[in-house]
Amino acid sequence: MYAMMDGQDDFIVYLDGELDHFRAEALRDAVDGTLGTVSKKRVIFDMTGVTFMDSSGVGFLLGRYKKLISRGCIAAIKGPAPAVDKMLEMSGIYKIIRKEQ
Amino acid sequence: MRNKMKLEFTSNPENESLARSCIAAFAAQLNPTVEQIIELKTAVSEAITNAIVHGYAQKDGTVVLSAYIKDSRIHIQVSDKGCGIEDVEKAKQPFFTTAPEFERSGMGFSVMESFTDEVQVISAPGQGTKVRMKKTIGVGADDRKI
Repeated sequence: MYAMMDGQDDFIVYLDGELDHFRAEALRDAVDGTLGTVSKKRVIFDMTGVTFMDSSGVGFLLGRYKKLISRGCIAAIKGPAPAVDKMLEMSGIYKIIRKEQ
Repeated sequence: MRNKMKLEFTSNPENESLARSCIAAFAAQLNPTVEQIIELKTAVSEAITNAIVHGYAQKDGTVVLSAYIKDSRIHIQVSDKGCGIEDVEKAKQPFFTTAPEFERSGMGFSVMESFTDEVQVISAPGQGTKVRMKKTIGVGADDRKI
């Protein structure tokens, strides 16, 4: 479902599987504790493994973004599949969270 | 009417995945493109999530997913006997949500409207909610194909 890595320059959160309301709730609890203590300036959400996402997934990302921003961190998204990318595009989230190449 | 189905389940978030798989399996007979299936699953996921999160406010209740196929169109209904919607037009506004504290993005209806041909909402406070969606599926339904 997820994995986290404190990289050299960034902190990476690997997400995979389905990102719906059910999974977002569990993920939030799992990830927030660690995100609250991250020392890196940038947190990347690697979505390469995400197979499905609905607007609950968008809500999850937005919630994490707000928490990170309040700590002075930047959030970025990496690797969404076309369908996931479409949802992210629709939500307007790319206006505030950058998509990494 | 060529075929129809009905799935009833408890408003447990764990069942959101079940509902998506169910509608995808049922729609398969229409030979959907990959994109159409994803759109259908996502639209249904939004409606189901609304029933669970808002309709029953995460308490126990029954959600009913039903669908029928006629010609190359799938007609879907997601219904609950939950609290009902006070102002349907307001609820449909992009990014409007009655539950911001739960990280709800308020996009559910926008997604349903983008991914299906037509969305109809029948709801009133205390009367439960029915969300109906229609989508034309298969070759020629739209120009996009994977």
